[in-house]
Amino acid sequence: MKRPIRDTGELPRRLTRRALVLGGLQAGFAGVLALRMRHLQVTQADTFRLLAEENRINIRLIPPARGLIYDRAGRILAENEQNYRIVLVREDAGDPEKALARLTRLVPLDAGTVERALKEIQRHSPFIPVTVADRLHWEDVARVAVNAPILPGIAPEVGLSRLYPMGQDFAHVVGYVGPVSDYDLSRLEDPDPLLQIPRFQIGKTGVESKREHRLRGKAGTRRIEVNAVGRVIRELDRIDGQPGADLQLTVDAGLQNFMQARLGEESAAAVVMDLERGDLLGIASAPSFDPNKFVRGISVADYKALTETPYRPLSNKAVQGAYPPGSTFKMITALAALEDGLIDPEETVYCPGHMEVGGRRFHCWRRGGHGHVNLLQSLEQSCDVYYYELAQRVGIEKITAMARKFGLGERHDVPLSAVVSGLTPNKAWKRENRGAEWVVGDTLNASIGQGYVLASPLQLAVMSARIATGRALTPRLVKSVDGIEQPHDPGAPLDVDPANLAQIRAAMGAVVNNRRGTAFRARVVAEGLELAGKTGTSQVRNITAAERAAGVVNNEDLPWERRDHALFVAFAPLEAPRIAVSVVVEHGGGGSTVAAPIARDITLRALYGDLPPMSAYPERQRWQVEQDLRKLPLRRFDTAPSSGRSRA
Amino acid sequence: MSYLEYNLKTMPTGLRKMLYVNWALVLLLCAVAGVGFLMLTSVAGGSMDRWAEPQMKRFALGLAAMFFVGFVPIWFWRNTAALAYALSVGLLIAVEFFGTVGMGAQRWIDLGFMRLQPSELTKITLVMVLAAYYDWLDIRSVSRPQFVAVPLLLILIPTFLVLKQPDLGTALLLVAGGGIVMFLAGVHWLYFAVVITMGGGLVAAVFLTRGTGWQLLKDYQYRRIDTFLDPGSDPLGAGYHITQSKIALGSGGWTGRGFMQGTQSRLNFLPEKHTDFIFTTLAEEFGFVGGISLLSLYVLIVAFCVASALQNRDRFASLLTLGIAATFFLFFALNMAMVMGLAPVVGVPLPLVSYGGSAMLVLMVAFGLVQSAHIHRPRGR
Repeated sequence: MKRPIRDTGELPRRLTRRALVLGGLQAGFAGVLALRMRHLQVTQADTFRLLAEENRINIRLIPPARGLIYDRAGRILAENEQNYRIVLVREDAGDPEKALARLTRLVPLDAGTVERALKEIQRHSPFIPVTVADRLHWEDVARVAVNAPILPGIAPEVGLSRLYPMGQDFAHVVGYVGPVSDYDLSRLEDPDPLLQIPRFQIGKTGVESKREHRLRGKAGTRRIEVNAVGRVIRELDRIDGQPGADLQLTVDAGLQNFMQARLGEESAAAVVMDLERGDLLGIASAPSFDPNKFVRGISVADYKALTETPYRPLSNKAVQGAYPPGSTFKMITALAALEDGLIDPEETVYCPGHMEVGGRRFHCWRRGGHGHVNLLQSLEQSCDVYYYELAQRVGIEKITAMARKFGLGERHDVPLSAVVSGLTPNKAWKRENRGAEWVVGDTLNASIGQGYVLASPLQLAVMSARIATGRALTPRLVKSVDGIEQPHDPGAPLDVDPANLAQIRAAMGAVVNNRRGTAFRARVVAEGLELAGKTGTSQVRNITAAERAAGVVNNEDLPWERRDHALFVAFAPLEAPRIAVSVVVEHGGGGSTVAAPIARDITLRALYGDLPPMSAYPERQRWQVEQDLRKLPLRRFDTAPSSGRSRA
Repeated sequence: MSYLEYNLKTMPTGLRKMLYVNWALVLLLCAVAGVGFLMLTSVAGGSMDRWAEPQMKRFALGLAAMFFVGFVPIWFWRNTAALAYALSVGLLIAVEFFGTVGMGAQRWIDLGFMRLQPSELTKITLVMVLAAYYDWLDIRSVSRPQFVAVPLLLILIPTFLVLKQPDLGTALLLVAGGGIVMFLAGVHWLYFAVVITMGGGLVAAVFLTRGTGWQLLKDYQYRRIDTFLDPGSDPLGAGYHITQSKIALGSGGWTGRGFMQGTQSRLNFLPEKHTDFIFTTLAEEFGFVGGISLLSLYVLIVAFCVASALQNRDRFASLLTLGIAATFFLFFALNMAMVMGLAPVVGVPLPLVSYGGSAMLVLMVAFGLVQSAHIHRPRGR
């Protein structure tokens, strides 16, 4: 068994040599690996660690609770209600169709909802919760929660959604919220990442829109660890956001409710302004709508109904509507003349029922004329010819300047949608915009608030307020933000002779309280609460000579959209004014018959702070008024909340 | 050498062989496998049952196989080398027809208790047959062309079959493993120079013909190469694996994030985290220290094999041991180079650590051969 001798000398040596070469190469490569490891793990560690953090940490936003909106008495106008919904996670639910079928046995879901949910489920990743049903009753959600073991992947969830407990009363003032649209994104240029959240709701109109930045609050963040496909593994930490600020408005929910109800189904608007601070106590626009419908997603049919009626329920006529102020403008013309001493209050002008100027005949509303009228009588009886005379003496520029002093033609700064500036025309304006020279007839028309002059109910209320106080009051709508009282403009004294203002105020008192006044029927008999005001009936068409000849001036015979607007501006009480009111009823007919009674009811409601006692009304009207007021669909405010209530 | 040439009287017999086992090597293998169990537990989120436990069972089986193979005299393995080679090539052909295609390219035969990949087996049997061939061949004839052609053929037959699967990674390993045995056997270095030059020419040709009508590779193969050369060019697509793997490594730092704290791997940013990319988990959780430790363990295994081979006067035994050590080296070096972004992603598992039965079993059998060579080395005189 001896091993034969083979070439043992050469063989091991060469093998050893080659093995060492190979071993050297291997060691070299191992060295390269070690160096590379060192490079990656030590030299570049910081860079890669950062990359790893970015890889796994995702920041999710927590939507803040939107600020609440209260009225001046602390009653809630806009709140966040808990919204129960059911979400489905596909990967836990298995076959979503079967899961939904099981769910339908517990919660009634219509076929459309199920179909929509299925479509949405297929669109998203299997681990993303998809909302199947929204705004469920608590009972339904409870049923789902109880049956959770047989409903894998289906879970009830609670979110917040906006609720307007006052319904349509504040549809125009508070406005409503809705999901962010592409249009909003392009318009707002708002970098807030909250807006990128699907179905995040922002203010669309009214205060909700104009004070969006205060109401929205700041988003909180949740840092979550995710894996490569984005699934949440766990929450790392959470920074709570800042809820939106609570707003307290100057409006009084009770008064607002009364105003809306009193305007009823008319196409009308009314504004009540407090004379101490310029607080807007009520801004009504009728007809209204239920803003909650918009929050929940309004149906096409409902939306169509709102947009197609000529009564324009979506428009806030109190600030968006621009109407010829008609005779309510006469105070301005009169003041312009008085300030320049162009007329003495006792001087009379003869009214034969019309006036010839420049070959044209300008009519007074009373065809038979008023005879000799002085200033007080001219307002009291609303004589047009008296103002045609003044217009020729004063000229348009001074009338316009006076109108501006009283807030006409000025865009009042209130946080409402599409506030109009109205129009106080002058010669330059006509040249620019109409390409024609101003003629004396334009001045005559403007002097009685016709022609080019336009004003919104808000502006008329401000005008009335400034006449009543002699101060340049400005309207205020937001009383406090998060409990911090907002500044009000005390109103600098107007650059108008107080004696002249007193003349006008007295004349406005005569309009209501004198037997011959145009608003005598709408007087208040309660001691110390007498109303002062001015009626206005503004034409929305030119009365043709043929019509005049034929005697067709009866409003009721005309189609609705061609009837006159009825207006009334007022302040009360006459001796120590506390509030100013304006009422405009579109195509309502006469200011004295339609607008003045509404203004009286509203004024009394505002002054009494509740339904007025019948003793405030003239005795012969009491029975009728009581009947009418009783019919109003008023909201009952059972509990009187404390004012300035803060968030619970 | 025939077994008659061994001095059988000096050979240990029966259980006495236990004393002659290369225990250091066994210890190192167990240490590496232990690292594997740890990492498999970590990537399963702390659960042993998912990957670690099956892997332990396989390792136990592999250990038993290693001792069994190791106790069989080395000359038996030499005499059966040709048969083993023929068997594995036969299996390679068989899987062409009866094999199951899984995970894209790998082909395997289901043996019931495990899935056998003939291509894995071939890596060892090729080394065996080449070692036996050079043991048989007169040392003076190794560089003669006709005697160089035989081993070339032995290498190219299985390579061709594996390429057909297609499994480029294994094919390259076969060529490299076989080439290394030829190099060790003393084939003239000019042959290697020619082959390497031709290989270089081929690579150049591959790139030069790109975009022309004669391009040698498929478009996706070119893209893979692009991705390897610049992973950042397609961070979410093909370069994703390499980029994420580098992030995982880099975020480990010196000492790592701690056991089970590796965010990259635990959160599924890493692909194939329990197989080809398991090294990233180790490097992320135990940092540079952990990575270099595993590398050292591997290098030590190779070193012990080389030491054992150099002590062995038996030509077959030394060639076999060195060839297996080289193949083992190629395994882990390629895998590490891949996860560190030094080599393209070719799908080579980290030996003994990556989850996978077939590869581990074959590797343990190979180390059984190393043990057999060590136990039955010629002694005396």
